[in-house]
Amino acid sequence: MRYLPLSSDDRADMLARIGVESIDDLFCDAPRDALLKSPLDLPHHRSELEVERHLARLAAKNVAAGSTPFFVGAGAYKHHVPSSVDHLIQRSEFLTAYTPYQPEISQGTLQVLFEFQTQVANLVGMDVANASMYDGSTATAEAILMAHRVTRRRKALLSGGLHPHYAATARTLSDMAEDEMVVLPPDVSGNEDLIGALDDSLSCVVVQTPDFFGNLRDLTPLAAACQAKGVLLVAVVTEIVSLGLVESPGAMGADIVVAEGQSIGNGLNFGGPYVGLFATREKYVRQMPGRLCGQTLDSDGRRGFVLTLSTREQHIRREKATSNICTNSGLCALAFSIHLSLLGQTGLKQLARINHANAVALAEALEQKGVEVLNKSFFNEFTVRVKGDAAALVETMAREGVLAGVPVSRLLPGAGLDDLLLVANTEINTAADRDAFLAALDKGAKS
Amino acid sequence: MNQQGRPTRSSIATQDAPQTFTGNRALEMGEALIFETGREDFTGVDLDPPAPFRPRLGGLERKSEIGLPGLSEPECMRHYVRLSQKNYAIDSGLYPLGSCTMKHNPRLNEKMARLPGFGDIHPLQPVSTVQGALELMEELADWLLKLTNMTAVALSPKAGAHGEMCGMMAIKAAIAAKGEGATRKVVLAPESAHGTNPATAASLGFSVRAVPAGPDGLVHPDAVKAALGPDVAAIMLTNPNTCGLFEREIVEIARLVHEAGAYFYCDGANFNAIVGKVRPGDLGVDAMHINLHKTFSTPHGGGGPGAGPVVLSERLAAFAPVPFIRRDGDRLSLVEQAEGTQAFGRMTAFHGQMGMFVRSLAYILSHGADGLAKASEDAVLAANYLRVGLSDLMSAPFGDRPCMHEALFDDTWLKDTGITTLDFAKAMIDEGYHPMTIYFPLVVHGAMLIEPTESESLVSLTLFLATMRDLAMRALRGEKERFLGAPFYAPRKRLDETAAARKPVLKWTKPKLV
Repeated sequence: MRYLPLSSDDRADMLARIGVESIDDLFCDAPRDALLKSPLDLPHHRSELEVERHLARLAAKNVAAGSTPFFVGAGAYKHHVPSSVDHLIQRSEFLTAYTPYQPEISQGTLQVLFEFQTQVANLVGMDVANASMYDGSTATAEAILMAHRVTRRRKALLSGGLHPHYAATARTLSDMAEDEMVVLPPDVSGNEDLIGALDDSLSCVVVQTPDFFGNLRDLTPLAAACQAKGVLLVAVVTEIVSLGLVESPGAMGADIVVAEGQSIGNGLNFGGPYVGLFATREKYVRQMPGRLCGQTLDSDGRRGFVLTLSTREQHIRREKATSNICTNSGLCALAFSIHLSLLGQTGLKQLARINHANAVALAEALEQKGVEVLNKSFFNEFTVRVKGDAAALVETMAREGVLAGVPVSRLLPGAGLDDLLLVANTEINTAADRDAFLAALDKGAKS
Repeated sequence: MNQQGRPTRSSIATQDAPQTFTGNRALEMGEALIFETGREDFTGVDLDPPAPFRPRLGGLERKSEIGLPGLSEPECMRHYVRLSQKNYAIDSGLYPLGSCTMKHNPRLNEKMARLPGFGDIHPLQPVSTVQGALELMEELADWLLKLTNMTAVALSPKAGAHGEMCGMMAIKAAIAAKGEGATRKVVLAPESAHGTNPATAASLGFSVRAVPAGPDGLVHPDAVKAALGPDVAAIMLTNPNTCGLFEREIVEIARLVHEAGAYFYCDGANFNAIVGKVRPGDLGVDAMHINLHKTFSTPHGGGGPGAGPVVLSERLAAFAPVPFIRRDGDRLSLVEQAEGTQAFGRMTAFHGQMGMFVRSLAYILSHGADGLAKASEDAVLAANYLRVGLSDLMSAPFGDRPCMHEALFDDTWLKDTGITTLDFAKAMIDEGYHPMTIYFPLVVHGAMLIEPTESESLVSLTLFLATMRDLAMRALRGEKERFLGAPFYAPRKRLDETAAARKPVLKWTKPKLV
């Protein structure tokens, strides 16, 4: 077996050294009748070539985003990632290290985390960011728990523009923790009255921008209203590239900003692994979940970095911890940080402009064909009303070789929104791809 | 013409190392932060400006500063390569971090995860265009179920702690379904448990009742029986436990827990010791998470991503969260809405850590049933080889019983040396090793938890053993200075963690001009 260095002779020598007869003597504490006498009746080991053949066959059954005009978003976005990013994250020293428990021999990972925290905090306009969460949805659920700790209230209000998977994730945790949660009905137009729904029993209000339907939300008036009632404003961003062009949630007055960072540095990967971003104001730092990297000095007075404020965390505080999170998304955070260090704000702004321009061009082309675009504002994704069932249309367009978007009914079945389609147009699509979308739409409408 | 040629040996035998102008030492180079070297008006990504267009941002254009420098590609490569060189990693040496399972990460798995058919598919594409992805998830699920002899598996949890949360939620849902939600509010956990266990239980509104372990490091049925009652929802027990021991009475404990109407959550962090040898389903387990990044070797990545699928017994299977895969003949679909099912809810957006699923299935297929069992055996063999080889110098808290995949020592043997477990660990760094896990489990004073894994050759294990013995003898001889100042040769000397926590500096800020 190519991954196991010990030979039969080695094993025999080691058993002799240990002073036992057979390997099963070392499993002597396992119940006799539970110890398997022979390997399970499952396939035996295979060569690289055989495994590769099998998995490649499965992969070939899927339609890769890069192989077709691609307009699917709704919380995960296809962007171009520079080649150097994937090369660098496969450096052995990053890929095959773990959480930097021994800082003297983990300064690489730690400095990356310090830079990552700075990038995230600056991008979302907050004082501090942590070293990553699993993804945007779990970060949102954690933000609500944090707001409960800060305010000592246990009731959250969720906007109807929040990604339905995020709402379901938060709802599950809230129900299980026996907290209260009010989830507003789906808000296609971004017109819901959140300010009117505020009261001083709430710990937080959770609002996404751009929201699930693509609308940009001005959080400034809401932030002021929240502050008056002692309610924390949790802003959610599922398309982080938008912040190159759209005002940051921090500047609009958010107290906690959580985001999905996948768009920068990370591929689609069928939904994971992704990277959750989590940022807040300095005064709340000790209530944050997750790892934090901080700057310090070594005994020679040289700058270095360590994991810090770990008295918040499960391995120290156990049942009093701010979260149970341990392993997070280190390597995805690295990919995010590398890609963003290449872009810089200059590149990010340009990338965001291209995304917006592409989306505007598609929206205008659709409107010219008489298709209704529901959004007053958007970044790189918007909602259109189609004739008939959007899910069926997407299937038809897929057969025409265009992955056209996400039918709203996939995430909100039974909400009476079956004719709505979310369409994202990032920098990866060309004008020809846009034309292919329009042509496939025509065919779909006729069928 | 220089007839003399280039000198081929040093003309001075030895001398003290000089200070360098840069502070660098040959291959060991300092590296500034990107914020100190990058320029905000520069980008390393070539992007043409879009043709003129009419923005539709609703007046929400960004007006605030961003503050992100850009690097050219050569600067970027050098920055991250230099940083990488300040990290210890499995690929550079033995990494015996107990409980973390730092085994070899096969590169085939990386290659497979990057096939466009896996790496470049969107979670919300029409399911007709991702049948191969669902087939892969189904195949992985099938392996996990057969290796554990359990009924159902929830693939979506994002890491071990998230899997714990998922398993405990299934238990809570099952208890609620029986109408016992108001009464069963206590979770039992041994004091040796991972911190995530009590943290998980507490975040779901349970209170935690500690179960003491016996002097042999094991949980005994009597102790469990004494803690059980009609208020108990579940026990969270790690097996093999965090002391590296197989819980000998686990079947009896499971029986008692079930008899009391409670559930058995097994923390599967150490499943890697028993894969292909013992199936948790045969022990009475109701729910167990599997850390794919430990047992099935997806790379640890400097702290994730992981993946924590949860296997469930028949009693809990119906409560598994969405999404799950449904097969209808040749066609696979995803059930994504909990409404109308008994599913307790949803753990995360989308379908879980697909990238980790691909890698771990590649690992499983490569090993096969025979190789998986052999890997477990080799891990246990290696740990016992080290345990026996060190037992005359270092003190083991629970006698000389065989251990599973990790060997635990305490600091009794260091008493009166003036050297702590931390000092000993830092001296290991100078010898070119990553230290073992230290000060965990908490039940053992000055714990040293050594997990060599199955990835080490006998030569590597033997050299490690010799190094550890040499260090131990130096410690016992009182060579304090070798330890107290260590590490001497790492990129940094000991870092002041107290100062870091007292006045946290968590991001770079522009130095103020005086």
